[in-house]
Amino acid sequence: MEQYLYLIPALPLIGFLVLSLAGKYLSRNFIAGIGAGSVCVSALITIILGVRFLQSPPGTVYTQLLWHWFLTGHLSADLSLRIDALSLIFICIITFIGALIHIYSIAFMRNDRDYARFFASMNLFVCAMLLLVMADNLVLLYLGWEGVGLCSYLLIGFWYETPANYRAANKAFVITRIGDTAMIIGLFLIFKELGTLYIPDILIQSTQHFNSGSATITLIALLLLSGGIGKSAQLPLQTWLPDAMAGPSPVSALIHAATMVTAGVYLISRMHTIFELSPLAMHVTAVIGAVTLFMAGCSAMVQTDIKRVLAYSTISQIGYMFLAMGVGAWSAAIFHFFTHAFFKALLFLAAGAVIETLHHEHNIFKMGGLRKEMPVIYYTFTIGAAALAALPLVTAGFFSKDQILWYAWSAGGGHPALWALALSGAFITAFYSTRLILVVFWGDMKTTPGHLPSGIMTVPLIILAFFSIAGGWIEWPHNLLHISLFSEQVQQVLPVTQLKPHLPEEIVFQLIAVVVSLFGIYTGYALYYRQSELMTLWRQSANVMTVRNFLLNGWRFDQLYDTLLVRPFLFITRINKSDVTDKLYTGIADIHLQLNKLFSFFQNGSLRWYVAGVLIGILFIITLQLLL
Amino acid sequence: MSSIHAHTVLIVAAILFVLGLAGALIRRNVIFMLLSIEIMLNAAGLAFVVAGARWQQPDGQIMYLFILAMAAAEVSVALALVLQIHHQHKTLDIEQLKELKD
Amino acid sequence: MPLLFYISSVIAILATIMVITRYSPVHALLYLVVSFLAIAVIFLSLGAPFAAALEVIIYAGAIMVLFLFVTMMLNLGKQTALQEKEWLQPKVWIGPSLMAFALLAEMIILLLRPESVAMPFAVVTPRQVSMSLYGEYIIAVELVGFLMMTGIVGAAHIGKHKKKNLHRFLQT
Repeated sequence: MEQYLYLIPALPLIGFLVLSLAGKYLSRNFIAGIGAGSVCVSALITIILGVRFLQSPPGTVYTQLLWHWFLTGHLSADLSLRIDALSLIFICIITFIGALIHIYSIAFMRNDRDYARFFASMNLFVCAMLLLVMADNLVLLYLGWEGVGLCSYLLIGFWYETPANYRAANKAFVITRIGDTAMIIGLFLIFKELGTLYIPDILIQSTQHFNSGSATITLIALLLLSGGIGKSAQLPLQTWLPDAMAGPSPVSALIHAATMVTAGVYLISRMHTIFELSPLAMHVTAVIGAVTLFMAGCSAMVQTDIKRVLAYSTISQIGYMFLAMGVGAWSAAIFHFFTHAFFKALLFLAAGAVIETLHHEHNIFKMGGLRKEMPVIYYTFTIGAAALAALPLVTAGFFSKDQILWYAWSAGGGHPALWALALSGAFITAFYSTRLILVVFWGDMKTTPGHLPSGIMTVPLIILAFFSIAGGWIEWPHNLLHISLFSEQVQQVLPVTQLKPHLPEEIVFQLIAVVVSLFGIYTGYALYYRQSELMTLWRQSANVMTVRNFLLNGWRFDQLYDTLLVRPFLFITRINKSDVTDKLYTGIADIHLQLNKLFSFFQNGSLRWYVAGVLIGILFIITLQLLL
Repeated sequence: MSSIHAHTVLIVAAILFVLGLAGALIRRNVIFMLLSIEIMLNAAGLAFVVAGARWQQPDGQIMYLFILAMAAAEVSVALALVLQIHHQHKTLDIEQLKELKD
Repeated sequence: MPLLFYISSVIAILATIMVITRYSPVHALLYLVVSFLAIAVIFLSLGAPFAAALEVIIYAGAIMVLFLFVTMMLNLGKQTALQEKEWLQPKVWIGPSLMAFALLAEMIILLLRPESVAMPFAVVTPRQVSMSLYGEYIIAVELVGFLMMTGIVGAAHIGKHKKKNLHRFLQT
């Protein structure tokens, strides 16, 4: 099996190459076949690999060395792949959900002009993400990391004719770049300290080389964390993600569920030893996660664009993962990633179907009454939203979120304050999920739907809906059922979560979490379905509307950065524009412009002028010969 | 009977060449420019033949033959171009065929 | 023989001057034929009968007839002559003539520098020419064959009577 590892990232790469080089000359069916087919075959190989992996003894690692990439001094980087339990989970999610999204896109993008470009970028995206998670050294990981950034840029700005779209793409690219820069500095530091970038070596050597909590390891951990924050859209680099909704819906699904934003989670869990060695970095991760999940959740409550609601909810859910990793509950974080991937992909694809059916209407308050019109979309979306809201016992989201809530208090790095934030986040999540369902699918119809999504779009939704429910059953809370298939696998790679001594019973926390989610759902129901007077009262109140607008704009982070960073920077550049150095370069440019004018005067297209030029040249040469 | 000096013939060739050059410079009609070019080519051929006669070698005439062949090919292509220019632009004025400008 | 040479040289030069000063293309062409015939006589007087024959047959015959055909096809008659008259103002031709004259003067000075050599009169026969042509110059003959071939193909292609299609940037 090991010798076929390379096929997993290579197939999407081949798809990308074929589509980008020859896409113009291929028929739409052929493009769809190559684009979706390559990822589907990757997914099949991954599933076979996964089955083999589960049968093999614990701790198995598949490796494949493709070739030596480069070797300079002590730094050697190989193009070699390494799969352990952690990467396998990521690969499964990426290829499986990626394949479903590709199948969905076949129909979704059917009428788009740039069909081949879309599939080419999507394939490259999947390929880059697979390289990222399969890399066995940090250089290759960084290649995938940047590849993901590039493809997100290409896909967010897919409809680049609209200025807002390419601005969103630029924003995503520039903001994640901040994190990337921090991360590569982190990599340099690791190399300087340990002399290797081979991941297993780093994990082993760092425990011997560093003291726990030393300044260097904390710095490295914080720098890596910054990289993760940038890619995973956590505070304070979260502002790009809501704008990234400019891309087509399948792109959003791919970015949010399977790739890109989970890259940060992967990086941190992959480098867990370094983080474990630095308690400060762990605390920072947990606090960032907790604060992000709360703030993004608040913003999600008031958004009117269906995709922005989902975008903020993604930020918030990734916040949960960061929180879990920060408190040391590694397996809970990865489990939440696992379940989140299913229901978030489902939500985005269903939202895409709704938007498409309603003639590109994004505003949820112009939707409504779709329950009868599009029952399949309604039920699948409801399942996704229920999983997001962590409806107890029946949805996958419940199992993962419940674990995180429990560990936020009880794990080694846990704290009641983190737990309280996470709990309020759970309430908010339940609230806005309910709001979404009620506003979009219930009530009166405000926009008449166009033609309904075809089977090729609904089948992936149904599959995802099934996993949004069943995906959680492989891991039950300890006190309910002893099924922990997932954490057994993860704990081959990641450390087991340490619990604090003297804790209250777990069941208490679970009950509180259940009550809080249900209460959130009820609040949403009360406010948006019963149309209570409270809403109308709030709409008239100026204070409430100020708060609403504040949250609607994502806590005004964009304005804050604009005032703090962009404006001063522009000011400096404006001053800098007219300094002496520039004079030199503008001077060079001016000289060339003048020369251009001069030469284009001679190059005037008049044949007689040229003949005269030749004659003058001959005269000149002969005269020289005569004189010398 | 005095014989011909090589210089004399070369000077005749030079005069013919310069006349052709002046024609190419003065005329604006494409056909006249082509005629002038023929004159210039012919003058060059004359110079080659003189050189061949001067050294009693056939090479001069062979070069003339090549020039002839070249001129024939050039004229056929050039006249086809003239036909097209006249067809598309309704003029043979070289000054109006300056689309390269700007 | 020298007399023949001098007379034909004068005729050639005069006819050529007439070529570049005529208004009507047909007149110019006829003068050019005269010039070529005179040059053929010069070739003869230099002892190059093969070149003389080619000059008459190909230059004065084939090429000039080609020109004549095109002139007739384009119907370049009185109107062209009038236009040429308008274009040939003194201010147009004085400058180029001066430059051309300067070039001529320099060429003559260069030519007269070495000692003048009287040429022996001996005929270089067509037999010698063709022996040499198909002996040492065979590669050049083949290359000229290529050139003629491309000339034919090019002329046939360019001369095709196509629909008027300008480049899309030039369409107004």
